[in-house]
Amino acid sequence: MDLLVGVPTHNNAKTVGETVQAIRVGLLKYFPRERVVIVNADGGSKDSTREVVAAASINDVQRSSDIYALRTLHCISTIYGDEPATEVALRTTLAAAELLRAKACAIVSPESTNITPEWIERLLRPVYRDDFDLITPLYRRHKFDGLLLRNLVYPMTRALYAKRLREPYAVEFAFSGRLGSHLLEQQVWDHGAGGVGTEMRVTLAAMAGGFHLGQTFLGTKQHLDGGSADLVPAMRQTVGTLFSSLEPNFQLWSTNHATEPIPTFGAEHDLTVEPIRVNRRRLYQQFGSGVAELEPVLKSILSPQTLAEVQGISKLAEDDFRYSHELWVKTAYDFAASYYKSVINRDHIIQALAPLYRGKVYTFLLDNRDASGEEVEANVEALCLTFERLKPYLLDLWNTRE
Amino acid sequence: MWEMIVGELDHAMQELARNFAHLLPRLLATLIIALLGWVIAYALKVVVRGILRIAKFDKLSDNAGATQILNKLALPSSSELLSRVVFWMAWMGFILLGVEVLEIVGLHEYISRFFLYLPRLFVALFIVFFGLVAASFFSRAALLAAVNADSPSPGLLATLIRTIIVIFAVTMAFDQLGLAERTILIAFAIAFGALMLGLAIAFGMGGRDLARQFLERRFLKEKEDQKHDELSPL
Repeated sequence: MDLLVGVPTHNNAKTVGETVQAIRVGLLKYFPRERVVIVNADGGSKDSTREVVAAASINDVQRSSDIYALRTLHCISTIYGDEPATEVALRTTLAAAELLRAKACAIVSPESTNITPEWIERLLRPVYRDDFDLITPLYRRHKFDGLLLRNLVYPMTRALYAKRLREPYAVEFAFSGRLGSHLLEQQVWDHGAGGVGTEMRVTLAAMAGGFHLGQTFLGTKQHLDGGSADLVPAMRQTVGTLFSSLEPNFQLWSTNHATEPIPTFGAEHDLTVEPIRVNRRRLYQQFGSGVAELEPVLKSILSPQTLAEVQGISKLAEDDFRYSHELWVKTAYDFAASYYKSVINRDHIIQALAPLYRGKVYTFLLDNRDASGEEVEANVEALCLTFERLKPYLLDLWNTRE
Repeated sequence: MWEMIVGELDHAMQELARNFAHLLPRLLATLIIALLGWVIAYALKVVVRGILRIAKFDKLSDNAGATQILNKLALPSSSELLSRVVFWMAWMGFILLGVEVLEIVGLHEYISRFFLYLPRLFVALFIVFFGLVAASFFSRAALLAAVNADSPSPGLLATLIRTIIVIFAVTMAFDQLGLAERTILIAFAIAFGALMLGLAIAFGMGGRDLARQFLERRFLKEKEDQKHDELSPL
């Protein structure tokens, strides 16, 4: 088999039909001569997800366009369990890819509502034709969208793993058969708490394994739920995964210095700036009350100096409040070191970071209120450089016994 | 008459000397056992302290909140305190063994009771310690969840959870020690029942409107706010 596209599902009947059709069109249009298969790994859907996948046929595609299949396009749907589990879905897809000896594979999330056939081409082509091992997506975003990624996950991953990969947490990505086998061997999904953040573990494993990385611009990403993911689960999936990866990869990140750019297909960033409604005051209040209420918890996580500074800014009036880049980076590094040392329960450490993140988001929103896309990018770049500059601070914390 | 007195005195002295001669080796044995016991107990203390330090017991104690209580009572660290308890228990055991050698009438039963009591004491200490660990963990979990959910009075909720678990653990420990079992049990039942009834009445009657507002805010308004906020972390 040349290409494999995995579609992990769980109660996605509303969107999976269009997703599978877009994949089919993409495969037939851009890879007409290749042997391809679509693998749907389902986590025990109670709606008609699997029936919708099975019902999507080539005839529908042909009716809607002038595309003709030169080869049989296989579509397999399988149930891996009664409950959704991202790591099992990915493992099922990887096992299928290895069994079929697929040269390039892509994972596509049915949660995205605007997948186009071009996404399939942009994800698979660099892996299939240009020998890349992992292709992660780049999306057109609003300047205030994906703030956890831009304020913590991307800058910290970039500073520590020395790769300028913009979306380390990607639900759509493509990988080579070689990387797939490596992931199966390494059992990356077992290196953390219950398979949380599997997608990010793939990226981190590829970075740590020295694989050939690239990123590709897909366009605007729309979610069924409008993208309003809860903060704490999102932090577990991304920040928790990043923190937990630091211990096994210490040799790598402690010796990395200069960050490398990642080959990019299409625009590296595309920010839209139309006005949206954001309740900044609520973020400010949540930060203030969080710092006050969590004082005993923060005392065991943050260094005395960082804690004093955080408590200091929490007393500032709303207009004077600023969470500086340097203080934020020190906060993040204190949390990472405390996570490594397990000063308290690790999940509690991640949860305790949420109110402080809200303070940083408040500052980000204020600083970039009237900023253009380029100005926002310049701000993010400054934060990235602060993360890189203060890396020795993390190393000092890491090497301190208590 | 005088000879009788001297004879009795002589007999008494001989009896005393005989008793002393009979007691002296036992006393020496008791002293040797106590001395040997001290050495063994001290060695045990050092070993226990070392194991606890390797196991980072003080850190566990910190997390459980036990260190704060010990500091307030001007007591040493948890590992030091536990190793001292082990030392005194072991040495007391040896001393009692030594005393038993003296064959003092009636003491044997008390010594047996002491040794039978020791396991219960350890179980009670174990229950209290892990009660404190559980109280710390669950109160912190509740505090974090309440803070992140923007619930009112997260500190109060965490304190309430901690208090309930600590009271529960102490009650179990007292029950294990067999100290005023009925009184403790009844006091616990009354206190716990009163607390729950109070909460039920407060929420059911007094805070009916507040509860409705809270639920509305929690499940309706917040979701609405979130929709309007349009901020996605990922």
